[in-house]
Amino acid sequence: MKKRALVMAAALAWSGASFAQEVSDDVVKIAVLTDMSGTYSDLSGQGGVVAAEMAIADFGGKVLGKKIELISADHQNKADVAATKAREWFDAEKVDMIAGLVTSSVALAVQEVGKQKNRMTIVSGAGSSRITGEDCAPTGLHWTYDTYALAVGTGNAVVKEGGDTWFFLTADYAFGQSLENDVSNVVKAKGGKVLGSVRHPFPASDFSSYLLQAQASGAKVIGLANAGNDTMNAIKQANEFGIIDAGQQMAGLLVFITDVHSLGLETAKGLLLTTGFYWDFDDQNREWSKRFFEKHKAMPTMVHAGVYSSVLHYLKGIEKAGTDAADKVVVEMRNMPVDDFFGRGGKLREDGRMVHDMYLAEVKKPADSKSDWDYYNIKQVIPGDEAYRPMDKGGCPLVKK
Amino acid sequence: MSINRILFWFTLAVLALTAPFMVYPVFLMKALCFALFAAAFNLLLGYAGLLSFGHAAFLGTAAYLTGYTVKDWGLTPELGILLGTVAAGALGFVFGALAIRRQGIYFAMITLALSQMIFFLAVQMPFTGGEDGLQAVPRGYLFGFIDLNDNLSMYYFVLTIFVLGVGLIYRTVHSPFGQVLTAIKENEPRAISLGYQVDRYKLLAFVLSAALAGLAGATKTLVLQLASLSDVHWHMSGEVVLMTLLGGMGTQAGPLVGAVLVVGLQNYLADLGSWVTIITGGIFVTCVLLFRRGIVGELRALWKRSF
Repeated sequence: MKKRALVMAAALAWSGASFAQEVSDDVVKIAVLTDMSGTYSDLSGQGGVVAAEMAIADFGGKVLGKKIELISADHQNKADVAATKAREWFDAEKVDMIAGLVTSSVALAVQEVGKQKNRMTIVSGAGSSRITGEDCAPTGLHWTYDTYALAVGTGNAVVKEGGDTWFFLTADYAFGQSLENDVSNVVKAKGGKVLGSVRHPFPASDFSSYLLQAQASGAKVIGLANAGNDTMNAIKQANEFGIIDAGQQMAGLLVFITDVHSLGLETAKGLLLTTGFYWDFDDQNREWSKRFFEKHKAMPTMVHAGVYSSVLHYLKGIEKAGTDAADKVVVEMRNMPVDDFFGRGGKLREDGRMVHDMYLAEVKKPADSKSDWDYYNIKQVIPGDEAYRPMDKGGCPLVKK
Repeated sequence: MSINRILFWFTLAVLALTAPFMVYPVFLMKALCFALFAAAFNLLLGYAGLLSFGHAAFLGTAAYLTGYTVKDWGLTPELGILLGTVAAGALGFVFGALAIRRQGIYFAMITLALSQMIFFLAVQMPFTGGEDGLQAVPRGYLFGFIDLNDNLSMYYFVLTIFVLGVGLIYRTVHSPFGQVLTAIKENEPRAISLGYQVDRYKLLAFVLSAALAGLAGATKTLVLQLASLSDVHWHMSGEVVLMTLLGGMGTQAGPLVGAVLVVGLQNYLADLGSWVTIITGGIFVTCVLLFRRGIVGELRALWKRSF
């Protein structure tokens, strides 16, 4: 009997040992690929690397007894640089997962490489809803936000707040037009009205004539269906025209807290926007964000928080699956709720979308802001299921009808 | 051919054939594509004296067309590349016919303006995917039976295209046609007075350069399996000027060295994070200050001085 128990124990120990060997190359290598020097370096960049480091440290630095390594690179917002780098990482450097990935062309290119090589890619920076739509991949996850959630979330929530007449400033290319369409549909479905829209060239620097039209329309809400510098310029000029002071509200469909930081509260006050994370929302967020601030000297954007959450959940997935093989890890990641300050019980869908709550925020007036980075009033929590596109509407071929 | 020469070419051939076993092949393929692009540009700038600031249009048009036809029409890779190249050549004919009527800065501005029109189309047309880019282009099977998804066979395919392209440029430069181009570059009124129809020569050089730039773009699409807006952006037109000047304008090897250097910096400095742009900038400033004739140009001058 004793002997038998000994054999059992030995067998168990042996199986445990072979379990641990399931980690390829005896190391779990995570890579952060993002824009480190260009337009998006503030909202993603080095902060993403810091967030990933924190996730690895909080997890304990080891998974299944193997070391976790982190590397990073600057994709310079060029899809071809990113694709070359990702291939090299997967082929030659034994990278198991790539996180970060800002700008949609980069994210789609890297996800495609991951699909071919059966490795994990988790997009936090880019917003294109194509990532989990027609171009979805079994091992490609989309973590933080997408343009659909921002558009529909904002549209829904703003109408609820009483903003039922809209006018759009739309960047004249596919991205802007789809934002405008998504919001318009929601506004109309909720009983609101779209009074008009104006297309501006992409990129544009002078918004005066478009803003005058928006002002003349008398709409309660001016929706900015554009991104980056276009949004910033429109907000600055709207402020110069005194549009907010006159009672109209601006709704940014793609605005990050770092954008508000560089605009300043005086310029951005009253702006409505949707975000996936706000550092000052509750104690949980504050605790993590303060730790992040100590290392990075700036408060985290939703992209930074998303990178942290995705890396942490990925490591939990590896532990549960007992291997770092992407196709097995992704199953375990789907079976667990995403339980951290960012996910709050969020769930990972078959098409790769991580569904979690979004927040409608209003930018504070300078007088109401008590400290640095005290920028938002959270007006509404938008439940994930309301914010994100239903899985059957995305056209992802992996989803069984 | 002297024994030294034979030895030199032999070493080069061995290096080219064994390179993918030493350096990561996808990087090599990308470098070869850009080297061909820069060589095509150099044909115009270095030998005909025409500074085009719109070559991204040819690279990008071919990249998008090849990507689209291979992905959506299911064309074989060789047909896709051929189609892209021909389209770039045709576009080059239109651009060239308009632009060669002016000289110097006006020529550069016209080419820039025309290429911005192509950029606008790439942003607006549905098939390009706008800022998402054209993604997941299959590499397919060459002639129906060579699997290009294998990096090694893809590399030899790209190497063949590169050698043919650069060979064509070499033949052009050293042909009577090339001599006339040089004559036009040195002194256009004299070439006219000798009875040459200068515009025709310029146009032909422009079309040839555009088609070869297209060949590079089409091949690049298959290598990286994507075409994106950065291929048609004016930054790309600037980058090819940089590659050519850095390596040595008007030398055969210069643009190739310049292209490998620029692509290499982009790729290998990427690991340094936010320092990449600063370091690249520093290297460029140093090169411009120290090697006025470009790296290869300077080496050649040194060679001539010492022997």
